Amino acid sequence: MILGRLGLGVMTLAAVSAVVFFSMALLPGDIAQQMLGQAGTPEAVTNIRHDLGLDRPIGERYLAWMYGILHGDFGRSLASGRPIAEIARGRLMNTLFLAGFAAIVSIPLSVGLGILAALYRRRPADIAINLFTLLAISLPEFLIAYLLIYLFTVKARWAPSLAVVGADSPLPERLHKTVLPVMTLTLAVAAHMTRLTRAAIVNVLSSPYIEMARLKGLHPWRIIVRHALPNALGPIVSVVVLNLAYLIVGVVVVEVVFTYPGLGQLMVDSVSKRDVPVVQASCLIFAATYITLNLLADVMSIVCDPRLLNRS
Amino acid sequence: MSRALELLKTAPASARIGMAVVAGYGVVAVLAPSLAPYGETQIVGLEFADWSAQHWLGTDDLGRDVLSRLLYGARNTIGIALLTTLIASALGGVTGLAAGTLRGWVDQVLGRVVDVLMAVPSLILTLLMLAIFGTSIFSMIAIIAVIESTRIFRLARSLALGIGMLDYVTTARLRGEGLTWIIFCEVLPNAAAPLIAEFGLRFCFVFLFIATLSFLGLGIQPPTADWGSMVRDNATLIAYGQMSPLIPAGAIALLTMAVNVIVDWLVHQSSGLKE
Repeated sequence: MILGRLGLGVMTLAAVSAVVFFSMALLPGDIAQQMLGQAGTPEAVTNIRHDLGLDRPIGERYLAWMYGILHGDFGRSLASGRPIAEIARGRLMNTLFLAGFAAIVSIPLSVGLGILAALYRRRPADIAINLFTLLAISLPEFLIAYLLIYLFTVKARWAPSLAVVGADSPLPERLHKTVLPVMTLTLAVAAHMTRLTRAAIVNVLSSPYIEMARLKGLHPWRIIVRHALPNALGPIVSVVVLNLAYLIVGVVVVEVVFTYPGLGQLMVDSVSKRDVPVVQASCLIFAATYITLNLLADVMSIVCDPRLLNRS
Repeated sequence: MSRALELLKTAPASARIGMAVVAGYGVVAVLAPSLAPYGETQIVGLEFADWSAQHWLGTDDLGRDVLSRLLYGARNTIGIALLTTLIASALGGVTGLAAGTLRGWVDQVLGRVVDVLMAVPSLILTLLMLAIFGTSIFSMIAIIAVIESTRIFRLARSLALGIGMLDYVTTARLRGEGLTWIIFCEVLPNAAAPLIAEFGLRFCFVFLFIATLSFLGLGIQPPTADWGSMVRDNATLIAYGQMSPLIPAGAIALLTMAVNVIVDWLVHQSSGLKE
């Protein structure tokens, strides 16, 4: 069953790569004409077409493109002419750093809050957590980001509003500069995770064996941690991994607000420059990460709940 | 109509407040030209002027009146989001109901296409499509409508699968009714309640999504006033301790919350859930 999921994941990835590549064929005209605009003479267009390999059949180009990507060659950027792999590598690392930092902060926080809310269900603590998470879900990420800038940079003056880091910035400096982006991402992601953790535990708490444990006179914490949590773990783990997948997308907006040099910012810049090869490459990287994490969520929930194996 | 009024009377306070807020936004959007003291793109003074009697919320980076742009922005931002959601619902709803009613190969083909589109995060897919088609309002509406319709397709299809099993649909089929009749007269009326709730949720999502794109500079293009790009253009003011760039962002958040509250209530109504 796990193997079946993996196979499905590989097929999805292949299908997505085809969508990413062939969507370019939807363009009226082609890149060569786009680059030269109205002024391009027919010969110049033919030359560029030949340089980019656009005169070959599209199926062959797709295979060559995939072959290159599997070997770490993403082609060249239209705007700067530099190899995309070279531009994207450092930025991908930056993005992973940001997303990883946010994950380390948000996962323990939201699982803890979720357990707390489930434990004190319909009491002030639960209601407060509920209201706060509802608010965080409704606010667009850029509003959260600017509110944090207003509070912590303008009023309190203890965190920088720009997260411009270089390749050689030392770790403490990096951590300090990414405090606000990480807080923004945490607020955006933790809200969902908290609510779903609470829902998963509340669901288990209504089952008869918990009633039994309560009647035995066990301490509420012990009921939650020893009796309810193991059975709620499956849904919680998959929610956590799915939210990591969401982090990968959430970084796009956050990177733009804080001008953090990550892959998301590269993608947004390239869209406005219409540098299609760079956009395709970053789209594929984001999509591959997203699909892998989704796959991981499925596999993890099977591992956490062996009953799923027998269900089909 | 009278049933709808009956239902409104049972609405809890939260849903009533939500409806009042949405109605307020609607009025502002429709009456924007008569409410706004200045024109949408009219340059009326110096850049970044402070709040004053002439310009209640000051002026923006080009010296345009912020209050007027906020009012016109209601019209543009909400109008475009509403149009996009309507197209997405019509497209996803009709194909989904058709796939669920027909089943067989139509369902298989449409289902696989939707699977692939949903495997990529929608922001990433939209960015790719915008790079290819360029950032005009028309391409943005079309792209978001197609991508969002996949979510509605899923819901409509599963609803149609369930309803298609019921006796009255089989009766209609045996009576020799055509596909259009079965979809619109037999299946749709019974799938309407969850689809309307989904419309509300989708609207929230599309609205936030367009605001985000505009904020990234890839959505609604200048000089058209809209809330996402207003935040972007005036964000530098925040560094000087000015709150006015956050007002459009707050307007976005308030509308999203109001629609969410109404949808919550509708979902509880139709499913009879208590928690």
